[in-house]
Amino acid sequence: MSRKALRSLLLHAVLVLGALATALPLVWMVSASFMPRGEASSFPPPLLPSRPTLAHYRELFTRLDMGRNAVNSTVLAVAVTFLSLAVNAASGWAYAKLRFPGRGRLFAGLLGTMVIPGQVAMLPLFLLLRSLGLVNSYWGIILPGLASIFGIFLVRQYALTVPDELLDAARIDGASELRIWWSVALPLCRPILVTLAVFTFLGSWNDFMWPLIVLTDGAKYTLPVALAGLAGEHVLDTELMMAGSVVTTLPALLLFLLLQRSYIDGIMLGSVKE
Amino acid sequence: MSAGRASAAANPRRSAWRRSEARAGFLLVAPGLAVLVVFFFLPILAALALSFTDFDIYAVGDPSTARVVGLSNYARLLRDPVFWISLKNTFFFVLVGGPLTVGVALGTALLLNAKGVRLPGLFRTVYFAPVVTTVVAVATVWRFLYHPRFGLLNHVLGFVGIPAVDWLGDPRWAMPAIVLMAVWKNYGASMIVFVAGLKAIPESLYEAAVLDGAGAWRRFRAITVPLLAPTFLFVGLTTTIGYFQLFAEPYVMSGGDGGPVNSTLSVALFMYKQGFRWWNMGKAAAIAFVLFAVILAATLVQARLQRGRET
Repeated sequence: MSRKALRSLLLHAVLVLGALATALPLVWMVSASFMPRGEASSFPPPLLPSRPTLAHYRELFTRLDMGRNAVNSTVLAVAVTFLSLAVNAASGWAYAKLRFPGRGRLFAGLLGTMVIPGQVAMLPLFLLLRSLGLVNSYWGIILPGLASIFGIFLVRQYALTVPDELLDAARIDGASELRIWWSVALPLCRPILVTLAVFTFLGSWNDFMWPLIVLTDGAKYTLPVALAGLAGEHVLDTELMMAGSVVTTLPALLLFLLLQRSYIDGIMLGSVKE
Repeated sequence: MSAGRASAAANPRRSAWRRSEARAGFLLVAPGLAVLVVFFFLPILAALALSFTDFDIYAVGDPSTARVVGLSNYARLLRDPVFWISLKNTFFFVLVGGPLTVGVALGTALLLNAKGVRLPGLFRTVYFAPVVTTVVAVATVWRFLYHPRFGLLNHVLGFVGIPAVDWLGDPRWAMPAIVLMAVWKNYGASMIVFVAGLKAIPESLYEAAVLDGAGAWRRFRAITVPLLAPTFLFVGLTTTIGYFQLFAEPYVMSGGDGGPVNSTLSVALFMYKQGFRWWNMGKAAAIAFVLFAVILAATLVQARLQRGRET
């Protein structure tokens, strides 16, 4: 074998090993969710179910009513995604393309606060929501999620690449600035808006700490909060817990596989320095 | 700014545009600013104020019972051994997990970027998949992978003769176990950023270096490392900031308490327990601010180090 072929073989062996190690926990999660009760806790640990069963999924959606949590997660993620998209698209466009007094300082200020961990705001935010009667309501999760500095930044970076001549042409045609935002900017920024939508949806779908704090009633729990609660009660029921993990994580994975191009493009754009 | 714009400032139609442009600008940034001020900036200031009070469960019912206590929450924290344990655990997670995550990510990106890799898109998708999964779900999965008797990890380690470890039950191993899971879950995100950074390095630089007789290691040191420096800083900063906020992993893996014997108690989990389980909100706010200060300091140090290396 030539040196080149050997090098290629070695390279691909490492890549495949890495892929197997990365995929194994997820594959095992799916596999164990179909195992008959107790099979995952036998020795040696089986990789595939001896007799695949849907019993755990049935239990999740009937007795444990996880379908309701799935609906909650979906409604919340969709609402946060669309509402915040409008807010962030407006801000991002204005910071990139509309000249107004104080714009530079305002934007620099926003960027500077990106290092502040969200956890710092949580205690007063909870008290604020409590005084507004929004604890244990979806608004308690939607309202704080309506704007994101990262989202504004992402839209702005993209909007900067739109040539000014295009806007001046629309202005000469007598279009108002809001009109230009709506019918020129938004269509032009479509790729980044799709990216941001995927980001926001996944962020909301996977979020745990804030929903755990705000939602107090099991019927309102999102999937991650419900799953964490389940883990406390059914800690020995491995197969059931794996089915719950599949239900929680599969929609996010599928969405990513479907839209991975725009998701990955967004990460790259977000990391590009000015 | 172009010459056309400067001369057009005299044009009355242009200045009318300018005014409407500024008006539209304010109008479009207003909703975002309002949300951020009400739900982020003011709460942060309020948290600072809260940390100087003894706001507790009685004050949750009737805020007028809270009293200003100055710095005593901070002073008590410094004397609280559990707080120091949570700080130590968080630093362990950041200082061990951070470099491991970034290292694995860089290694994977270099392999993926090597010449002649078949199906790079497929590998990339697989490596990235854990990033989009739900922390709570995969932490649940890993909890079983770490099972001392039935877990796959000990089974695999058994093949190479390593005796079984009670990963999540042994205080010495619980935090390393969480680090391992976090590396698995997060390295794909940094890998993607590194791949983008590597792709941005012009191929001609490497070709010229080959002509000059530079070996692979030399090319890596002299071209890849310096040109990847900004990417490195970005990945390092985002990983550090994110890892300092460790919460869901230890919450799920320890059943919510940060055990065994506080060995997985992170600062964020400590804040959650103090603030939202025992309603010691004054103390919890002080914890949150210490975390903020630590993150800020770490960010500045990292940016400074990077700048020092560049000059």
